[in-house]
Amino acid sequence: MQLSEQLTQYLLSGLSTGAIYALIGFGFAIIYNTTSIINFAQGEFVMLGGMISVYFLSGLKLPLPLAILAAIPLATATGAIFERLAIRPLKQPTHLNLVIITIGGSILIRGLAMLIWGKDTHAMPTFSGSEPLNLAGATILPQHLWIIGVTLLIIIGNKLFFSYSVTGKAMRACACNRTAASLVGIDVRRMVLFSFVISSAMGSMAGIIIAPLTMTSYDVGIMLGLKGFCAAIIGGMSSGFGTVLGGLLLGVLESLGAGLISSGYKDAIAFIILLLILFIRPQGLFKKADTERV
Amino acid sequence: MKRELLKFLIFAALLLLLPLFFQGGYLLNVLLFVGIHTILAIGLNLLLGFAGQISLGHAAFFGMGAYLSGILTATYNVNPWLAMIIAAVVVGIMAFLIGFPILKLKGHYLAMATLGLGIIIYIVFNEAVDLTGGPSGLSGIPNLSIGSLIFDNDLKNYYLIWAFTLATMLLSINLAHSRIGRALRAIHDSEVAARVMGVNARLLKVQIFSLSAAISAIAGSLYAHTMTFVSPASFGFNFSIELLTMVVIGGLGSIYGSFLGAALLTLLPEMLRAFQDYDIVIYGLLLILMTMFMPGGLARAFPAIVAAISPKKPEGGQGSA
Repeated sequence: MQLSEQLTQYLLSGLSTGAIYALIGFGFAIIYNTTSIINFAQGEFVMLGGMISVYFLSGLKLPLPLAILAAIPLATATGAIFERLAIRPLKQPTHLNLVIITIGGSILIRGLAMLIWGKDTHAMPTFSGSEPLNLAGATILPQHLWIIGVTLLIIIGNKLFFSYSVTGKAMRACACNRTAASLVGIDVRRMVLFSFVISSAMGSMAGIIIAPLTMTSYDVGIMLGLKGFCAAIIGGMSSGFGTVLGGLLLGVLESLGAGLISSGYKDAIAFIILLLILFIRPQGLFKKADTERV
Repeated sequence: MKRELLKFLIFAALLLLLPLFFQGGYLLNVLLFVGIHTILAIGLNLLLGFAGQISLGHAAFFGMGAYLSGILTATYNVNPWLAMIIAAVVVGIMAFLIGFPILKLKGHYLAMATLGLGIIIYIVFNEAVDLTGGPSGLSGIPNLSIGSLIFDNDLKNYYLIWAFTLATMLLSINLAHSRIGRALRAIHDSEVAARVMGVNARLLKVQIFSLSAAISAIAGSLYAHTMTFVSPASFGFNFSIELLTMVVIGGLGSIYGSFLGAALLTLLPEMLRAFQDYDIVIYGLLLILMTMFMPGGLARAFPAIVAAISPKKPEGGQGSA
């Protein structure tokens, strides 16, 4: 294969994993913006999406579309329950306590998944065959197109929801100023619950569309979650365009680095990029610096 | 300060006598880990509890200490004590240099940057096979020795490790009561206010980060020479989180709290081993429940529980170091 073809190949596969990172990053950003919580359990909802689908598919022998449609609400419900039982009753919601409690939640969810489904890696069939397609000299799988398509749809839906629906606007009001939001009659606690619902739904969808490519097991959530967090940080913790670009950038650079430099250091590349960005532009790549009020 | 010293001496005496109650055996081995984890938790507590700066990558400094010690002694035949000093100095300097850009960050960004640093170093442990032995680890690390006394069994190592642990505790208690300790707490409360009062916040943060890393590296050296084997699995992201949990559950800014947190989180998995695969679930559940119902940490809950149990005693032991 020529270098240019190789590059196209890396670019394409990078874009599809990047789309996944962006989706997961969105989940982080949505919760962070309404609650200023960094939800370290975000990766576990990604894992749940994939694992529940696989369970419905091979355990209960449901057809693929049905299995997926059943998995999303279940994973989402887990997110809602987590918020209700662990986040809301917290008496001293300091940043650190919230970090610890979401880490506790992620360990708990991961542990339960291990007990229920075991430690094996599970394969999931692709959505529409695995006949590779040729594109500009590179080959891609139909699943890659699914990933990019679904991600685009979710992002557009997300944009519409936050710009035009009353609930979406109310959630943005909470992000802006929680006290002011509650003064104009917005039920802030409900919005917090909603943010967990939306981001666990998005996370589970990310987990479902990537599972056919990478396989899934009880512990895939850790790395995927961290990469999604990277994407959100690069994008400046916005639930908009920045995080999408951040995810895509991360995915492409990681895939180029893995292909051209060393695949063993693939995960390190993502974090080196992250550190560089944090050192040079801590407010994210696409955002103006805030001045800190004292 | 006098009361502080008395408290410390009682604590030290109790630890000295502890091995008499169970000759050798499995529990003594676990207590070695309690000691090492206490050093690590105190190191992190200096940064987190006093200066208020989070780190999710401290396992990497622990690992670097262990690997530097291991490689220097097993591959290059350097004297173990010298290797320990080199490891602490090298890790301290490295943390000092990286501290300047990293500690400019705050809150979640700092958490993410330290986490990223930890993961990068962890990957290097795995991938630099020629140096570290890769995922299968590095073996043949010699024990520490003084003259003809070789620290080659659990009982000897118990006293060796706990000597280091107690020294770390004493150092930290002194530091907490010094000018530096007050300056650090000022940074914790408000960095801007501290700077206005003439505290060189930036330098001080970097210095405490470096000290904290060097302490972790010493714990790493002790670990390497006690176990005589190191592998990357002990120094991953999960262990960084475990360390953070020890500090928070123990109580931020409390030296004895760090000991309680380290002891609890080290003994707990051993006790839960009987539950086999359920242990991780119980561990996660406990983390959540303790954060919900014991937000000040064990250091504050412990005296309260003691006071509640023992009748008619005005609350003792408040305001621990």
